[in-house]
Amino acid sequence: MRTILYLIRKEFIQIFRNKFISKAIFAVPIVQMLLLVPAITFEIKNVRLAIIDKDMTPESRGLISKLEGSTFFKISYSTFSEDEANNLLHGNKCNIILHIPSGFGKDIVNRNPGKLLATVDAINASTAQLSWAYLNGVIRDYNKDLITENISTGTMTPFPVIQITNRYWYNEMLNYKYYMLPGILVILVTAIGFLLAGLNMVREKESGTIEQINVTPVRKYHFIIAKMVPFLLIGLVDLALGLVIGKLAFNIPFAGSIFIMFLGATIFLIAVLGLALFISTFSDTQQQYMFVAFFCMIIFILMSGIFTPFESMPMWAQDFNLINPVAYLIRINRMVMLKGSTIQDISHDLSALVLIAICFTTLAVRRYRKRA
Amino acid sequence: MYKTIESSGISKSFGPTKALDEISFSVNESEVFGFIGPDGAGKTTLFRIITTLLLPDKGEIKVLGLDCKADYKKLRKNIGYMPGRFSLYQDLTVEENLNFYATVFGTTIEENYDLISDIYSHIEPFKKRLAGKLSGGMKQKLALSCALIHKPELLVLDEPTTGVDAVSRSEFWDMLAKLRQHKITILVSTPYMDEAMRCDRVALIQGGKILAIDTPQKIREGFSKKLFSARASEKYKLIKALKQFHNTLTAYPFGDSVHVTFMNDTIDDSLYDHLKTSGINDAYITETEAGIEDRFLELMNKPE
Repeated sequence: MRTILYLIRKEFIQIFRNKFISKAIFAVPIVQMLLLVPAITFEIKNVRLAIIDKDMTPESRGLISKLEGSTFFKISYSTFSEDEANNLLHGNKCNIILHIPSGFGKDIVNRNPGKLLATVDAINASTAQLSWAYLNGVIRDYNKDLITENISTGTMTPFPVIQITNRYWYNEMLNYKYYMLPGILVILVTAIGFLLAGLNMVREKESGTIEQINVTPVRKYHFIIAKMVPFLLIGLVDLALGLVIGKLAFNIPFAGSIFIMFLGATIFLIAVLGLALFISTFSDTQQQYMFVAFFCMIIFILMSGIFTPFESMPMWAQDFNLINPVAYLIRINRMVMLKGSTIQDISHDLSALVLIAICFTTLAVRRYRKRA
Repeated sequence: MYKTIESSGISKSFGPTKALDEISFSVNESEVFGFIGPDGAGKTTLFRIITTLLLPDKGEIKVLGLDCKADYKKLRKNIGYMPGRFSLYQDLTVEENLNFYATVFGTTIEENYDLISDIYSHIEPFKKRLAGKLSGGMKQKLALSCALIHKPELLVLDEPTTGVDAVSRSEFWDMLAKLRQHKITILVSTPYMDEAMRCDRVALIQGGKILAIDTPQKIREGFSKKLFSARASEKYKLIKALKQFHNTLTAYPFGDSVHVTFMNDTIDDSLYDHLKTSGINDAYITETEAGIEDRFLELMNKPE
């Protein structure tokens, strides 16, 4: 025990003696939270419209003013030339062209179905679909206004309509920051655990100090534990720091128990640190390690469901996420922070994480050889 | 008699390279045993096997009466190893490094202070300094202190004096000599032939094979010919001329002179005549005593 404590103390001395690392440990969470949380959003705002109004009737102007009133759309251009509009779309000057053909107003007055054409830049499929849906919504709204108008003037008889009232639970204002922040916290903790610990181990190899350790009677699991504990603690401190920033800067709600969240993060960190040390046993240089670790991190993070809905991934990707610790912790964090989930609610994810942690750590201890 | 190291037929290959080829030797208790050989002779590989860092492909090796393969855990408690490359923590201070190694061996600085006091006292005034900021000689003293702090029975020093200035080198050997009173067996390797004289016994090693094992004196005496030292103002021309002489066996540069052997072990007028016709008029040739290096070269060039 005395040896482990001393080994851990030595790691801390080295970490805090490194002027850059010791500052980066605290700067990274602050920068990451303040930068990423507000920046990464799927909310669609300011979709730029180019309008070709060939109708120029009160009806077409009514529709345009409805679009102008919406926060989603910004009418960037009005033109009469289709070529010009197409060029605007091609030149990335607008996202959607709405074409109002002549006769639109006349059709409405004559009670014929009005026709519109929308051309959407679909490079980003989900943005395209969403903005199309918003556009549709505005047009539907406009349509309803017409109907009400006609009913009140007696030109149309009322007909039964199903009224749907919906309520968004857990994130009533559909605030994307609330959704992203728990995920960004995971990225933060992953970076600390994965990069720092692995590089630290490889540095001992590069400087030859590991050779000197290997001839000592230090047990290899003592050595591995001493390499994990400091980064585990730093990871948890960074998590706490991230949460404080979330509260102060974004007033993020915290519905669940802080204890459960830190429990999840602890198990997660053990898993990630185990994997990092496992990879470090294969790497002879820091450069080699960085390359492999970066590759793993990108895969873990992008596949974790932080940016994309987990459920819509192909089956094999969902299967892969069974061994992806990042996916578990993102789910746990979101559930605990936003839904206030209890241990029972997340017991499945938590026990899977425990299993992964045991596997990765065992691999690391087994792969680490004190002799060649 | 108890042997600190007993090895028979140790071989180790790295791919197609045979680093060690059937190495057999034994080291007595409390002796300073030197492995002398050029770079790439296999010294480091052998030391890594002795310190349980590497497993041999073949052969038996017992260190301190323990098997290097099976009992490596027990063995590690009793070996002090100083690798060729400085491998202490450069970002820890002198004191922190020493404390660290004391702790991992389950001891304290105070407990074995008497053992290292001679060496450590030189660097103690700088104990708050980072190890990376020490001079070469001080780094070496710190490394030796760290290797000794757990009072090992066997001290393994891999090229401890490489890259250290001449004064520090001599000081270092004085420190090793003093360690003998603590009954520590010392295994040391060096590429410097002159350091061989400071060992009790040496093994000459080359190309993964041991050429000879004996006391430095006996090794020198093993030189089979009479050795002459030749000097002239133009050394390069002298070697060339000596090599052309029909009676010359070997001629190679040695410091500022040339070491020569002759088939008939004598110098006569024909030699001076030959040198004169080669344009050397100031040749001065005397008989000299063979050193370890001379014997090494003789063994190295001996046809098998």
